[in-house]
Amino acid sequence: MTIWRHEMQNSPRTGVQGRVKFIIGGLLILAAVIYLIVSSTQANAEYFMTVNELESKAASLVGRSLRISGAVVGSTIHYDPQTMNLTFDIANVPGDNASIETGGGLAAVLHAAVTDPKRTRLTIIYNGPQPDLLRDEAQAIVTGHLGDDGIFYADELLLKCPTKYQDAVPSQVVNGN
Amino acid sequence: MLAQFGFGMFVLTFLLSLFSMVTAVLGYFNKSDRWVETARRAMLLTFPLITLAALTLIFLLVSGHYELEYVYSVTSNDMPLYLKITALWGGQAGSLVLWSWLMAAFASAVTLRKWERDRELLPWVIVVTSVTLAFFLSLSIFYENPFVRWWQTTGGEFVQRMFAPAGAIAITPTDGQGLNPLLRHPGMILHPPMLYLGFVAFVIPFAFAIAALVTGRSDDRWIRLTRQWTLVAWLFLSLGLVLGMRWAYDVLGWGGYWAWDPVEIAALMPWLTGTAFLHSVMIQEKRGMFKQWNMLLIILTYSLVIFGTFLTRSGVLSSVHAFSQSAIGPMFFAFIGITFVTSVALLIYRWKDLHSDVEMSSMFSREALFLLNNLLFMGVLIVCFWGVIFPLISELVTGQKVTVGPPFYQRANAPLFGALMALMGIAPLSAWGKSTFKTLGRALWKPSIPSAIVPLVLVILGVRNWIAMVGFTLIAFVIFVTLFEFWRGARSRQKKTSEVFLVSLWQLARRNRRRYGGYLIHISMVVMAIGILGIELYQTTTQKTLAVGEDIQIAGYTLRYDSLAQFPYTDGRIVTRAVLSVFQGGKFLGELYPRYDYYPSGQLMTIAGVRSTLADDLYVVLVNWENVSAAQTPFKVYHNPLVNWLWIGSLIFIFGFLVAAWPVREADIQER
Repeated sequence: MTIWRHEMQNSPRTGVQGRVKFIIGGLLILAAVIYLIVSSTQANAEYFMTVNELESKAASLVGRSLRISGAVVGSTIHYDPQTMNLTFDIANVPGDNASIETGGGLAAVLHAAVTDPKRTRLTIIYNGPQPDLLRDEAQAIVTGHLGDDGIFYADELLLKCPTKYQDAVPSQVVNGN
Repeated sequence: MLAQFGFGMFVLTFLLSLFSMVTAVLGYFNKSDRWVETARRAMLLTFPLITLAALTLIFLLVSGHYELEYVYSVTSNDMPLYLKITALWGGQAGSLVLWSWLMAAFASAVTLRKWERDRELLPWVIVVTSVTLAFFLSLSIFYENPFVRWWQTTGGEFVQRMFAPAGAIAITPTDGQGLNPLLRHPGMILHPPMLYLGFVAFVIPFAFAIAALVTGRSDDRWIRLTRQWTLVAWLFLSLGLVLGMRWAYDVLGWGGYWAWDPVEIAALMPWLTGTAFLHSVMIQEKRGMFKQWNMLLIILTYSLVIFGTFLTRSGVLSSVHAFSQSAIGPMFFAFIGITFVTSVALLIYRWKDLHSDVEMSSMFSREALFLLNNLLFMGVLIVCFWGVIFPLISELVTGQKVTVGPPFYQRANAPLFGALMALMGIAPLSAWGKSTFKTLGRALWKPSIPSAIVPLVLVILGVRNWIAMVGFTLIAFVIFVTLFEFWRGARSRQKKTSEVFLVSLWQLARRNRRRYGGYLIHISMVVMAIGILGIELYQTTTQKTLAVGEDIQIAGYTLRYDSLAQFPYTDGRIVTRAVLSVFQGGKFLGELYPRYDYYPSGQLMTIAGVRSTLADDLYVVLVNWENVSAAQTPFKVYHNPLVNWLWIGSLIFIFGFLVAAWPVREADIQER
């Protein structure tokens, strides 16, 4: 082993010159990875926003990939089973956890959003089967893009019904041990 | 009473692991073998104690003690026995128990062995494992206690506490909520324990690495001692990932297997560093290089294992918008931060002692290619990590929440995975030490010829997608090179021994199991890549609302909708099931039965009807819809070419692993 090492150190191909070669190679790979990350991030970023935020920046966002969350307004749901075209409106709900907490929890915030006619609303068009969770006062998270017509064309629909998950307390109980 | 007993065992194990840690440290600094021996015995005792706690919990689950909140939330009267047992890891509190249980088992297994030769490592192996064990136990004791029960306070509220609040009445529900039906699937029953086995087993090589750093041993002893642990950890982690994919494919009904969800990525990240580690330790064993790098890799793997456990179970990322965060988040971050900083500080302290025995000389040597392999794995890791933390960063910097979805990961990772595949083909033919472009080229040209024909064949078959061209050519290249390696080795052996070719092949693999098992694993990876390329590039989908008698076409198949039935099942769920006939070119191929089940708890499970062949999968989803009727039934159909190779590849993987790691009496662990 020691003889081998001795040889290596004396050989002109190693040492500083040899190391530079590997450092350059490593940097090239690093640069490639950074390029891949930066370019893929730019090409595929999805902006997560509320209906109000979308409204205020609508013009600059047309065609961009967006994720919008809001409360489903039950009376606006229309579904044609033949064409599978689904349209509904969502009303603005605050995006941060803190204001949801102060608003009395998600269910209360969603209820307030749907019953308040002054809230900003956004019309969603989606082609696909109607999900059962799409109900009045459900939270919808839609992914897609905003059209020139101000309508949101969704590719993906995610729904949450807060009441379903808060049912963690035993419903049928008997007292005693 | 039983719950209190189980909780008591937890507290006892926790105290014992703290005791074991303190005694081991004192024993090391006082150079007292007796203290270290005491620590070792304490460590050995943790396993039976926590086993008692875990068995108590399993008994409570099986016997329906719904007064316990955990039992209530994951079991119900209608669940079969095996599901009640596996409900142990059906929720967060129980999974943490499983984690600690496995940790205690592995730590005991390690401390059981003979320690005469590596006495100085023992105290620090005990310290690392007992600190990890104590951390997970403290989570169970202080935050996620599976033994808390229901109480009704004087105010009429239902609360969960270990001990009675003042004036509260004990409450005993008659039935539980039951395990989420999505989790009642063989893949999901095995998936979490497999992942956890993998996660926890990686703690052992980490513990030895830290022991080597503290004691200043700069040789590869820690690697040799834990080689089997690393392999087993990697096997289970890999199987856990594959089972998770299979589960997603069978149960989630969206036609895919991997969604680049943060939780999935959290399990993938330790696999990436673990795989890099698995490769680079070979260089340290063979050439005495990469010592610092290996230390860094195992430290990273350990941190990512803890991070992965945290992400997969806390639900922090998926619940950011709707639900309250779990209390264990800050604890996890503190623990990861402290262990990571301490380990890296130790590594920096020993940095100079860990210099390489030889310097790397050639860009085309095997060690250089291994280094490249490691850099590529790190590249994939960085991509994944960036994708997970990018929303947090962008929100901090710009106040705007921006996320990246699957296209980001696919685009950024595809070239890196492609390069890794190319390396899988090139590296086995490279030589250690001095290797030039010329010598490498001489070794490569023969197996390259058949793979060069592949793009031509693809063009004739009508493939125009350049990613598919590159991908399938690389796959063919790896398979040809690897088979060529087997053939070359067996031939040269045959010449010497004049055996029958197959005997030579068998003897060759038997004598170099690690090497040829590894090659089989390479083949399994590219076979899996066939399935991944097929479904990623060529998946087609269509959706339609059908009436009975109507049909839907996809990829040359015709599916005729025959009938719809809705009926209750014995366990109370309502099954909605459709029958479709599959035709191709007028020929009847068989029937498909997509269905969805509504459970009494309101939970839904969608089971696709799948017709699976080596060429493609026809995957039909009966979409759940309140107004469903025989006249109006929504269907979604996916055509997934080649996806079966993903599962076939994973079977080859297991075979290759068994070849590589089947235990032998390894003389070199005891000697040297």
